[in-house]
Amino acid sequence: MWKWLHPYANPEVSYHFTNKLLPWLSALAAIFLSIGLVWALLFAPADYQQGHSFRIFYIHVPAASLSMGIYFAMAVAAFSSLVWQLKLADASAAAMAPVGASFTAIALITGAAWGKPMWGTWWIWDARLTSELILLFLYLGVIALHNAFEDKNLAGKAAGILTLVGVINIPIIKYSVDWWNTLHQGSTVSKLGKPSMSLDMLWPFIFCFIGFSLLVGVIICLRFRNEILARNSIRPWVRELVKNN
Amino acid sequence: MNPRRKKRLAIVGSILIGIGIVSGLVLYALSQNIDLFFTPSEITQGKKETGLKPSLGQRIRIGGLVVPGSVKRDPENLKVSFRLSDMAMPIVFKDSDPMVTVYYEGILPDLFREGQGIVANGTLTEHPPTGLSIEASEVLAKHDENYIPAELAEAAGKKHDKATYSEKQLQSQKN
Repeated sequence: MWKWLHPYANPEVSYHFTNKLLPWLSALAAIFLSIGLVWALLFAPADYQQGHSFRIFYIHVPAASLSMGIYFAMAVAAFSSLVWQLKLADASAAAMAPVGASFTAIALITGAAWGKPMWGTWWIWDARLTSELILLFLYLGVIALHNAFEDKNLAGKAAGILTLVGVINIPIIKYSVDWWNTLHQGSTVSKLGKPSMSLDMLWPFIFCFIGFSLLVGVIICLRFRNEILARNSIRPWVRELVKNN
Repeated sequence: MNPRRKKRLAIVGSILIGIGIVSGLVLYALSQNIDLFFTPSEITQGKKETGLKPSLGQRIRIGGLVVPGSVKRDPENLKVSFRLSDMAMPIVFKDSDPMVTVYYEGILPDLFREGQGIVANGTLTEHPPTGLSIEASEVLAKHDENYIPAELAEAAGKKHDKATYSEKQLQSQKN
């Protein structure tokens, strides 16, 4: 069933695959992001009570959901690395961690900038904001562990365990606004049934969300490629590659 | 799958399940404390499961919807009072609903209006005419997850005007 995946466990095959993937991802990301951001920031209608401040939604929400999505992907990689000892899974987790940390920071900063004019405060220790801050600390811990050991396998194992322990935080972030009463509002887009937004506000969001997801894909591919080269620097195919460039 | 992988899968799986159970229990035990605020009905009748009730003089946060027609602003200064009732869907205000009055002196957040969700931070006191009330030191606006284009909202009769202040009122804050 998983036979088609087997060749990608080879670093060289994965390296060339990412190389082929990158131009497509970058082009799509550029198209979706430029359409989405221009539409969202200039043409989407302003909200009836928040006015133009509402536009921060188009950056805050994609950043926040991607911060959770990347963590989940990292947890899947850590899981397969721990169970099947795939070295490339470690490399991909190491490639994802800083991207996820950046998106968590973006979500927190845009959230604070949005909270000040709308709620009246930059920060409040409610369940949603606190659990998102914990996510940032988890990312920082994972990054630190990946860099704490000379031996990359050991580093991957330690970071993988922390990643798996921390994955419990993801449903807590997601459902914090439903389980407890918080200052943060409930989710708009992922509500079952119909989203609580009119379509001319929702479409630019969909473009922004796909655009940011593709951007994350591009950055992770770039980092994954470097990670493969750094971890296989003594292999003949890497030497060959360097010589030819 | 070979036995070594099976063993590792079992270890990792049991770690995950163990952590899931532990954090589930911790969150369940803490569930009352993770709430950011008390609702007006929790202040008057106590929390649903534990019956825990905040005592007079305690510093608490209250969250609720501003009852339409209850906002009283002093024309001379920034003193304002309003009543809060529970946030519940659908939004209907009845006189029999448990309500708590909030007294505040200061600039209200831009999103403040009748029917809006508000979180106020202050001391629980008993005012003779209005019953249980909060002397708030901070008032925050809690908006909902619905975003509506301005024109559509206006057509539906939903309009948002932020509170305005006269020179005199603003002057009173500086003194």
